Amino acid sequence: MTKKNWNRREFIVSSALTASAVTVPRFAWARAPGEGRLVVIILRGALDGLAAVPPYGDPHYANARGVLALDKPGTTGGVLRLDATFGLHPALGFLHECYHAQQLTVVHAVSTAYRERSHFDGQDVLENGLRRPHEINSGWLNRALDSLSGAATRDAGIALGNNVPLMMRGPARVAAWSPSRLSDVDDDTLQRLADLYADDPVLSRRLADALANDAIATDASADRERVGKREQLAATLQAAAKFLVRREGPRVAVLETRGWDTHANQGADSGQLAQRLRVLDAALREFRFALQEVWEHTAVLLVTEFGRTVAVNGTRGTDHGTGAAAFLAGGAVRGGRTIADWPGLGPKALYQGRDLTPTLDLRAVLKGVLAEQLGVSANVLEREVFTDSRPVAPLRDLIRV
Amino acid sequence: MQVLQRKQSQRAATPGQPLQKLGQLYRPIYLAEAQARLRSAVESERPWIERLVHFWSNHFAVSADKLAVTGIAGAYEREAIRPHVLGSFTSMLLAVEQHPAMLLYLDNQRSIGPNSRAAALRLRRHSTAGRQPTRADINENLAREALELHTLGVGSGYTQTDVTTFAKVLTGWSVSGGPGDDLANAGRFEFRASWHEPGEKTVFGVRYRQDGLEQGLAVLHTLARHPATATHIATKLARHFVADEPPPGLVARLAHAFLDSDGDLPTVYRALLESEQTWSTEVGKFKTPTDYIVSAYRALQVTDGDERRSFATFELLGQRPWSPGSPAGWPDRTEDWDGAAALYKRVEWAAALAARLGSRRVAADLAPAVLGRRLSERTRLAIGRADSATQALTLLLASPDFMRRPA
Repeated sequence: MTKKNWNRREFIVSSALTASAVTVPRFAWARAPGEGRLVVIILRGALDGLAAVPPYGDPHYANARGVLALDKPGTTGGVLRLDATFGLHPALGFLHECYHAQQLTVVHAVSTAYRERSHFDGQDVLENGLRRPHEINSGWLNRALDSLSGAATRDAGIALGNNVPLMMRGPARVAAWSPSRLSDVDDDTLQRLADLYADDPVLSRRLADALANDAIATDASADRERVGKREQLAATLQAAAKFLVRREGPRVAVLETRGWDTHANQGADSGQLAQRLRVLDAALREFRFALQEVWEHTAVLLVTEFGRTVAVNGTRGTDHGTGAAAFLAGGAVRGGRTIADWPGLGPKALYQGRDLTPTLDLRAVLKGVLAEQLGVSANVLEREVFTDSRPVAPLRDLIRV
Repeated sequence: MQVLQRKQSQRAATPGQPLQKLGQLYRPIYLAEAQARLRSAVESERPWIERLVHFWSNHFAVSADKLAVTGIAGAYEREAIRPHVLGSFTSMLLAVEQHPAMLLYLDNQRSIGPNSRAAALRLRRHSTAGRQPTRADINENLAREALELHTLGVGSGYTQTDVTTFAKVLTGWSVSGGPGDDLANAGRFEFRASWHEPGEKTVFGVRYRQDGLEQGLAVLHTLARHPATATHIATKLARHFVADEPPPGLVARLAHAFLDSDGDLPTVYRALLESEQTWSTEVGKFKTPTDYIVSAYRALQVTDGDERRSFATFELLGQRPWSPGSPAGWPDRTEDWDGAAALYKRVEWAAALAARLGSRRVAADLAPAVLGRRLSERTRLAIGRADSATQALTLLLASPDFMRRPA
């Protein structure tokens, strides 16, 4: 994208905004935002936390997991050691390096308040931040952004993907971006379209958002031409990096990845899930390089709707469970720790006799991250973001000062 | 009907991993099926029936992203969905749950009862061989989604025990083509009696004394007629055709029609079409990408003859055929589709399509024919003032009037 083109786009954007009665200039800050970046990656389909973060030191681990059990650290295909109890799946080499560089915190036996086993309701609760599905049509991250000073005047957050996930929907204005392969529409037609949309507040705003974002990530889009579908997550993260490194760019990005619902032939150190974890790990490694020094201000949070059954099912996979694992990685993270009140994998310790028992409410993590990384006040967290979560105290010292 | 020029789409298979080879084998079938689906939707003289086919195929979603489903997703829609769209819900449900695409997608083909004959045999074999026995067991994926997504709906009161028991009911529901199977039957539904968990079972408060295949059929019959199923289906139909949050009165009316007619689908559609509330919404639904592409092609009387290119269109606009990425199917609310990036891609695609057609279509003539009373003065003026035929077509296809559709 040439500079000239960018300027013309900017003209169209502001004119479309005028038409829809939102008259603030874009990319202009009333007050400077903090430097902290937060990236949330939603792992849809329920990642098997016991595979990603095997509690190899639990005496019941090998028995309970059967063919899915990984070997001890130090063996070929064995667990990457974190501490005497926990390790990482051998496909997660980059995250392992982060851990030892004090840039990864692993949270285990964690869950939302949801206790059924529907993906769709589970994801709804993961994203709405309340106790039950479908209680509200906005997401916790959007409500948190809405409370930040300056957020009203710009896109404080961006969703990478065709549409905005529930977590990012709500009162705060957010941007959406996804790569495109078609050639540009000529500017005159866009101008006329902006006029045609003038009476339609939704479409005119969407068009303005699209035009603004299109310019920023064009290089990332060109990169994507060369990559296959398997690396799509990596390409999307590259695009996210292009937004996040901008001084006036968004501070929060959300993206999603699917395919964690491993009901059959899940595999252990190799196989289906191992491959997915490898792709994820590689994408995060590239993301870290793309962010350069901004990595030092970044926290990447990986969350999933719930965990999976402890025991293998009849088709060498796992079914929907409860307790899960979550990851917090990045230069801003006070890492090198595993946070878990470990309930154990003995038969009597399991939730409903089948799942890892959750011992930590995920909202404790989310509250801690929002407070320390974005500066969301305790008051807002209780009243606006996680409205019925008073008993859930935020975790402290997740982020470096 | 004009078919845009076909590109050469032959490509030599390259050697690779076995899975990639399998993918290469299935992919041409998948693309051809997707193209056939597009052409029926664009060329049909009964387009509403095609929209119903897409609706039901999405209600009973499979995903071609799963390798085992890639080559048969089209066959699934043709065999399990299309024949029943003007029939009964029960017949469709039975056809769906016994179709290899669904059994493979939701992993039921190797679900084995822990107390079945096959399980006992496996234990014996392993212990004589002195190996650690791998216990045969169920996979509850199909049972859960059949309750949650296909019939009763989430929150209707069934429990984890119902899911597990129903999974046991469905043990042995498999696909023929394994070792020892009759090759003539390969790729078809196969009930493996020796895998079936024996005994009476209770699902959602009803006791089933039958055994074998009959047991599963009986459960499905009960579920198909349950009031929760009627409400679930009524809500989804009304949401799809009327509004994101459909009027409760309309939903109740459809559910009533469903129950009274024992799930006779034309009776339910009639209730939908005859209800005043169906026609009284102010703002129409934002079209799904598929609906947008099909309606654009229908408006312009063209289709893309190149399979790869028409597939690329669906991919670009965010709705690859039969690939919703989850057994819940594609979402069905405006907010799921009207994101900024999604809208802009439609604009880009509309401009590219308009550029290919150039002056062969006259937007000013098409607009009243395509949009009828929905054609706004603003759109009419914009089309009239466009500086080229291409720009006029782009504005028509990208107009708010064309992006949305009333019921």
